[in-house]
Amino acid sequence: MQEQLNRIKEEAKAQLEKARTQAETEEIRVKLLGKKGELTQILRGMGKLSPEERKETGQMANKVRSEIEAMLSEKFEAAKKAAKEAQFKIERVDVTEPGKARKLGVKHPLTITMEEISKVFMNMGFSIVEGPEVETVFNNFDALNAGPNHPARDMTDTFYITEDVLLRTQTSPVQVRTLLKQDPPIKVISPGRCFRCDTPDATHSPMFHQIEGLVVDEGITMADLKGTLDSFAKQLFGPETKTKFRPHHFPFTEPSAEVDVSCFKCGGKGCRVCKGSGWIEILGCGMVHPNVLKVGGLDTEKYTGFAFGLGVERVAMLKYGVDDIRLFYENDMRFIEQFK
Amino acid sequence: MLVPVEWINDYIDLKDVSTDEFCEKMIMSGSNLETCEYFCEEMENVVVGRIEKIEPHPDADKLVICRINVGNKETAGIGEDGLLQIVTGAPNVFEGAYVPVALHKSLVPGPLHGQPKQEGGVKITKGKLRGVESFGMLCSAGEMGFEDKVVPIAHRDGIWNLDPAVYDGIEEQLGKDFADVLALKQAVVDFEITPNRPDCLAMIGMAREAAATFGRSFAYPDTGIKDANGEGKSADYVSVEIRNTDACRRYVARIVTDVKVEQSPWWLQKRLMYAGMRPINNIVDITNFVMLEYGQPLHAFDIKEVHGGKIIVENAASGEKFTTLDESERTMDGDMLMIKDAERSIAIAGVMGGLNSEIEESTKTIIIESANFNGDSVRATSKKLGLRTEASSRFEKGIDPNLTEAAADRVCRLIEMIGAGKVCEGSVDVYPNPASAKVIDVRVDRINHVLGIDLSREEMVGMLEGLEIGVGGSGNIMTVTPPTVRQDLLEEEDYIEEVARMYGYDKLPVTLPKGNNEAGMPYEREVRDLCREALCGMGLNEIQTYSFVSPSGVDKIRIDEDSWERAFVRIINPLGEENSVMRTVLTPNMLEVLARNYSRNIEKVEAFEIGNTFMENPINLDKLPDEDYALCIGMYGKDEDFFSLKGVIVELLKVLGIKRTFFVSESEYGVYHPGRCARILVEASPEMKAAGEKYEELGIMGEIHPDVAENYGMDGVRIYCCELMFGAILRKANTEIVYTPLPKFPSTSRDIALLVDEDMEVGRIKKVIEEYGEPILESVELFDVYRGKQVEEGKKSVAFNIVYRDKEKTLTDEEVIEVHGGVLNALKEKLNAVLREM
Repeated sequence: MQEQLNRIKEEAKAQLEKARTQAETEEIRVKLLGKKGELTQILRGMGKLSPEERKETGQMANKVRSEIEAMLSEKFEAAKKAAKEAQFKIERVDVTEPGKARKLGVKHPLTITMEEISKVFMNMGFSIVEGPEVETVFNNFDALNAGPNHPARDMTDTFYITEDVLLRTQTSPVQVRTLLKQDPPIKVISPGRCFRCDTPDATHSPMFHQIEGLVVDEGITMADLKGTLDSFAKQLFGPETKTKFRPHHFPFTEPSAEVDVSCFKCGGKGCRVCKGSGWIEILGCGMVHPNVLKVGGLDTEKYTGFAFGLGVERVAMLKYGVDDIRLFYENDMRFIEQFK
Repeated sequence: MLVPVEWINDYIDLKDVSTDEFCEKMIMSGSNLETCEYFCEEMENVVVGRIEKIEPHPDADKLVICRINVGNKETAGIGEDGLLQIVTGAPNVFEGAYVPVALHKSLVPGPLHGQPKQEGGVKITKGKLRGVESFGMLCSAGEMGFEDKVVPIAHRDGIWNLDPAVYDGIEEQLGKDFADVLALKQAVVDFEITPNRPDCLAMIGMAREAAATFGRSFAYPDTGIKDANGEGKSADYVSVEIRNTDACRRYVARIVTDVKVEQSPWWLQKRLMYAGMRPINNIVDITNFVMLEYGQPLHAFDIKEVHGGKIIVENAASGEKFTTLDESERTMDGDMLMIKDAERSIAIAGVMGGLNSEIEESTKTIIIESANFNGDSVRATSKKLGLRTEASSRFEKGIDPNLTEAAADRVCRLIEMIGAGKVCEGSVDVYPNPASAKVIDVRVDRINHVLGIDLSREEMVGMLEGLEIGVGGSGNIMTVTPPTVRQDLLEEEDYIEEVARMYGYDKLPVTLPKGNNEAGMPYEREVRDLCREALCGMGLNEIQTYSFVSPSGVDKIRIDEDSWERAFVRIINPLGEENSVMRTVLTPNMLEVLARNYSRNIEKVEAFEIGNTFMENPINLDKLPDEDYALCIGMYGKDEDFFSLKGVIVELLKVLGIKRTFFVSESEYGVYHPGRCARILVEASPEMKAAGEKYEELGIMGEIHPDVAENYGMDGVRIYCCELMFGAILRKANTEIVYTPLPKFPSTSRDIALLVDEDMEVGRIKKVIEEYGEPILESVELFDVYRGKQVEEGKKSVAFNIVYRDKEKTLTDEEVIEVHGGVLNALKEKLNAVLREM
């Protein structure tokens, strides 16, 4: 019987060596270890043996069985692996074929620019407020300290709906609305559309976007204005960016300034974008004129503030190198989709 | 404001300062500049020459051959006679004329006559003109880089004629470098003068700024008449009466006799040309020169045309006709201020002189007018007449009445200096209410507080005094007296600005506001952002279009005559009809964008816009119009149909948390295909329900009517659009997300196919299933609509998947059978929907 066991073992070994697939291996397993398998038969036949023989043969049979099982399992593993590899070979793809399109839509470049700018200011604690595009002359001019003869009031500069109602020429009327509604501390920005009587060309549009900013609190200084806008410029254009504040004039701020940033294309060396100067003008700002604070009924001895406004189209054009403002309003999909 | 650097040096010595440094420092102290132009930089080898001989060209009628004396200058083409041969077509050459000669291998700034401007100038070399050798070029002022509008009429259309009467000593300069002889190379800075600083529209004003900027002293021009040798006194010739002292604060008149009207000397012409004005004659040039110098407009009358020797300043008679210097007759009204003599009007005050009192070559005695007219009055007159002049635009901005006397004196001094006439002693000066400076107290600590700095009183006083501001008081209080030209210095903040810019904005510290704020944004904006994200996520591109549109847009989309979409807010002064009203809907703009893309062969577009719409406030027309956001979607191209658009809308509404929406067929709205249009409704809020409204409309969607598509040049293209109103969306949106526990018990699913009439809406069937499937119905989804084989004509088969589930326990078969049977029954009874074998 022990011979028989050894023979079975040897045979199993020989057969398994020939087997290639899982199915062939399984066949061998059934033949040997199945209900009617050779080894199973032998084990069943052990009842006839004497206790001593039974013990000896049993031990041996178990050993053979576990050896065969080990061989089988090894074979199974190998066959499985081979099968997988064969499958992989069949399933190989050409990775250079194009992907299946899953199109993501694109926000308008002006939206993207406004969101980017807004995010910078929101990170600095500014809240967003909004105002209407059709405004009162009072909010757009009178309350902003623009004299009755200020040239911007002309019908050649400003679109009017009635004598007292116009299309706002700037987002600054939102300053007035905020001052009338809210007590200090005030720290807001207001993005939105503005309108001026400019015939469209590569650099002019009768409609454009601005982002207005207003900060009013006790002890706000012009140094704070510089710090805030300098930090903004560094966040938007990169940490190397420098700012230059030049004196200017706006009716609703005093002192007023225009702000240049070091050219983000050439870093200030001078190039086409900055017209060789190394600087690019991006915004106007200043300390809120007491006459404007008074519109909000504020004690101008106690409260001071600063305001700023920047043109969104201008920033977008500079940032993306767009050379014609009209492209923003043509909405050619080939243009829009570049801003993905 | 064009400022030749050379001119500024008349008042303040800046010769050691480079132009770059000058510009940079002036910018930082508040005088921003537009450009800085260097004249005649690109000029080499151009010399002074004299035309000795002119011969006709053998082969060209319009050309002549000039033989030119260029002194001892060695250059190509000097003939045996020592002269240079140059062929020219200029009409104004004559023998004996002194001219600029560009020699062989020279450079001129250009542009050459009739050619475009070239970067870096134009090289001139010898050549042949119609077979005759020419060794250079005779130059016009235009070819030297001067704009046409500044070149004297005398040689505007020809060679620059260096008349020795004008160019003193030119005879000695033959062969010398032309740019050196005339000192042509200099920088002209174009300063941007802000409206608060009309005092800077004058050379003296800019010199004052430069003096403060560079901390140097500056000298006022010479106004002292050396020898008033005109016969008699000014007052002997003329009397002045101001009848409207509001509109005319001051009137100074001086008399000059024995006037010789002729060309001005070169130094004077040059000043004007570089400052952007054309030299005319000595009298006009001097008044222009002084206007540029002081900012004070001046006028000269021929005294023989000032009847009765009387100047009367009063308003025009209403309807009065008056002919101005430009020879046009104008109709005046009673609000316009005139200069009159004893009998008639002779000038429109501060705007333009009259043709009847113009200076002519024969003029012998003149009245110099140096007056101060009210800016508002001049502005109104100029606007009504549509006549804007250098004088009127200066008066409009506001001029210091204290300038008039000095300016009149300066004119007389210059006339005397160049020998253009004899100045009479004294002036007639009517100045009923002399202007004085506004003296106020400003506080040292306030200035420091606003600027965030810590300057001493002494430092501030130094800065202010540099600007000719007198400072008194003591300690914290500075009692300041501005020069009267500085009409912008009125309040404390004006002085804060002066200190800030003199200290230097670049030196101010950089700090951040101390307070802490929480950033937030209006909910409306959050919802708009959410829509944008959702729509971009679904592959749509955002567009932005003008808020003002053409009123014809609503015609093109076939809006009914009396519909609300036509309640336009109109612009009084639009750029054109196409931008004349505020949009009430976004669809026309969307269609325009789609059409533009279509015409550019873009095969497929899926786009949206979120933008403001405007409507006249019907209750109160004086109030601001109603502004509300709208959302418009537009698409065309392969795979687009009604349902691809509907899919986008349904998903968007889900993102917005808007539940219980219904799409109801609409066939009356002209914008859309009558069979492919739906109104999007949502169950009304409890308040609206109480008011009897069952539904609220969110918007409308569908396939664009073929006629509308045709109106946009998209004949035969299927376009899908929708317009949602944001007001309704905001009321209904619920962006709060509340988690629903995942089901614990299994569901049971049933598929049914129903045979129904062709016009039976799926929505109705669904509604019945929902109604009768309660309370164990979890979902019902359409998965197939079939027409054709095995389905009789006029019918269709619709298949639904219905899922039942009980949240509390496992459903038994009996429970499902009961409910499902009820559903099938109801479908049959209510909709005549028969179950088909699957």
